[in-house]
Amino acid sequence: MKNENLYKYILGIADNSLILGQRLGELTGHGPSLETDIACTNMSLDLFGQVRSYYQYAAKIAGDNRTEDDIAMLRKEREYVNVLLVEQPNTNFAYTMARQFLFDVYHLLFLQELQKSKDLTLSAIANKSIKEVSYHLRFSSDWIKRLGDGTEVSHQKMQDAIDGLWTYTDELFHQTEADIAMVSEVIGVDVTKLKEAYYNKVNAVLEESTLQIPESKWFQKGGKKGIHTEHLGYLLSDLQYMQRAYPNMEW
Amino acid sequence: MSEEQIKNLETQFEARIARDEKIEPKDWMPEKYRKTHIRQMSQHAHSEIVGMLPEGNWITRAPSLRRKVALLAKVQDEAGHGLYLYSACETLGVSREELYEQLHSGKAKYSSIFNYPTVTWADMGAVGWLVDGAAIINQVPLCNTSYGPYARAMVRVCKEESFHQRQGYEIMIKLANGTPEQKELAQDALNRWWWPSLMMLGPTDAESIHTEQSMKWKLKRKSNDDLRQQFIDQTVPQAELIGLTIPDADLKWNEERQSYDFGEINWDEFWQVVKGHGPMNKERMKARVGAWEEGEWVRDAAMAYAEKKQERKQKQAI
Amino acid sequence: MSDKKNWPLWEVFVRSKNGLEHRHCGSLHAADEDMALENARDVYTRRSEGVSIWVVESKNITASNPENNGEMFEPAHDKVYRHPTFYDLPDEVKHM
Repeated sequence: MKNENLYKYILGIADNSLILGQRLGELTGHGPSLETDIACTNMSLDLFGQVRSYYQYAAKIAGDNRTEDDIAMLRKEREYVNVLLVEQPNTNFAYTMARQFLFDVYHLLFLQELQKSKDLTLSAIANKSIKEVSYHLRFSSDWIKRLGDGTEVSHQKMQDAIDGLWTYTDELFHQTEADIAMVSEVIGVDVTKLKEAYYNKVNAVLEESTLQIPESKWFQKGGKKGIHTEHLGYLLSDLQYMQRAYPNMEW
Repeated sequence: MSEEQIKNLETQFEARIARDEKIEPKDWMPEKYRKTHIRQMSQHAHSEIVGMLPEGNWITRAPSLRRKVALLAKVQDEAGHGLYLYSACETLGVSREELYEQLHSGKAKYSSIFNYPTVTWADMGAVGWLVDGAAIINQVPLCNTSYGPYARAMVRVCKEESFHQRQGYEIMIKLANGTPEQKELAQDALNRWWWPSLMMLGPTDAESIHTEQSMKWKLKRKSNDDLRQQFIDQTVPQAELIGLTIPDADLKWNEERQSYDFGEINWDEFWQVVKGHGPMNKERMKARVGAWEEGEWVRDAAMAYAEKKQERKQKQAI
Repeated sequence: MSDKKNWPLWEVFVRSKNGLEHRHCGSLHAADEDMALENARDVYTRRSEGVSIWVVESKNITASNPENNGEMFEPAHDKVYRHPTFYDLPDEVKHM
């Protein structure tokens, strides 16, 4: 592939939205209230919309006959490069909102930079997605506050969720080879530079929510290199089921 | 109020409806009108949210991203429709929580078709095409029903539903024109969903208890049997167009009636499913009750937070 | 169950585009006004139905009672002189 770094770079962005969108999609019909259910589905739809734009672009760059669905559904576990954070399961609503929030803060910072990309397609996708993700962040921050500063029970559950997911936050700022190549071409975002703003924002919301900022300095990584938690395989077996069971068909 | 006064009010009330006037929440209405409306609207709302489950079952496994977003949006719409209808019920002084309680305890009914399992992807096509098709036939006339909030909710529902049936039929077209295996999936789904879809339009007129009063109140504009006939007449050509066979050996065009004759419906199966013996009744309730109970601490937290916020605001104001 | 506080009911008003008034489009449940706005956005503007939303808790609405409709609204019925059609004009005057 002529532009392999760009291709890999796009997947690095899009896979996060794909896996998070899929997780949110699992909840449709099972939310704590009808209104919340509808809101979570909206976020899932936003993310899948972004995913399609990215993968369609990636397919064009690949230049063979592959489609957005081939990229989304026909890779092996080791070929997905999403961060570990987004593949974590919907353990309960606190986990779902904490995962969302911890990703949204990053996602918005990232898109604000991607908007400046020299690559006009990526910049256009970022431009459109920023509005969606700003709303996601507003929605998830509000829920962090409600659950953090709600009842004793909700406070504990939200604290557990933050503690449980904290270990996956540092990976957001790791650079891959594709990242480095794309940054040098003024196409990609230097994620290492987002770290400070990220933790400032996250910590401010946690404090406002009366939540403890976890002290642990031990972080998990691997997603960006395709080494995932055990959760991803099961998610993929759902995601890929039809394409695997009925190969080479149109739907 | 004396009996005579009530009688008088009732006569005036019926005359208003006969004149096509709408009834609004605070208007005087006979108790029976109120109760009947709560029952029908809540049953309708319950059907929407229980109806999310069989289709929600395939969201994570949709075969393409395009299908996935369409299905997500459709199931989400159903949540919205449930919400509009619960709201319409609430105008009659019954809370959503009370209505949930009735659903969860088994006191309230919902459309029994959602007690069938969605076993293959083709079921997403069949459900959209047939189940939504049958639902639309029932729903469009309700846009003009006598109770204002119900009519307004239905206008919104029907507007949004217009893509649902297309979404399903498009899935079926794609399968029917696909590989032999795909075509088989489509035919199999049609075979399983055809009869339940016919049953969905309700028991035969001879067995239907509420019809006459409901007609007067415009809660119903056509009898179940008429609706069923309409559904069959419009669906058979759609099946033929994509080369699928309706699973009814007795189905035959009747030149004289300008309608299809069709075979015997297994009403025993219908009543068994209504009574709770369908393949998925227990699972559907378990999912609804589960979501509600698991959500309790979340809803409580949001209320507690809202109260704290309110208190802080008041303190600041002083 | 009895002392349990459920999310209250809110009424939602949406302006479909600038230049038009906000119109009542339905109701929903929310714990507070921020959530009510967010829920209204997610529930009632999914198909680009709006550019502005108002939410108001249902209990804060004061409504007239239909039982008083006679005294409230009927006295206006015979004031036909408030309408242009009350006034006779010669046919030659086409627009006024």
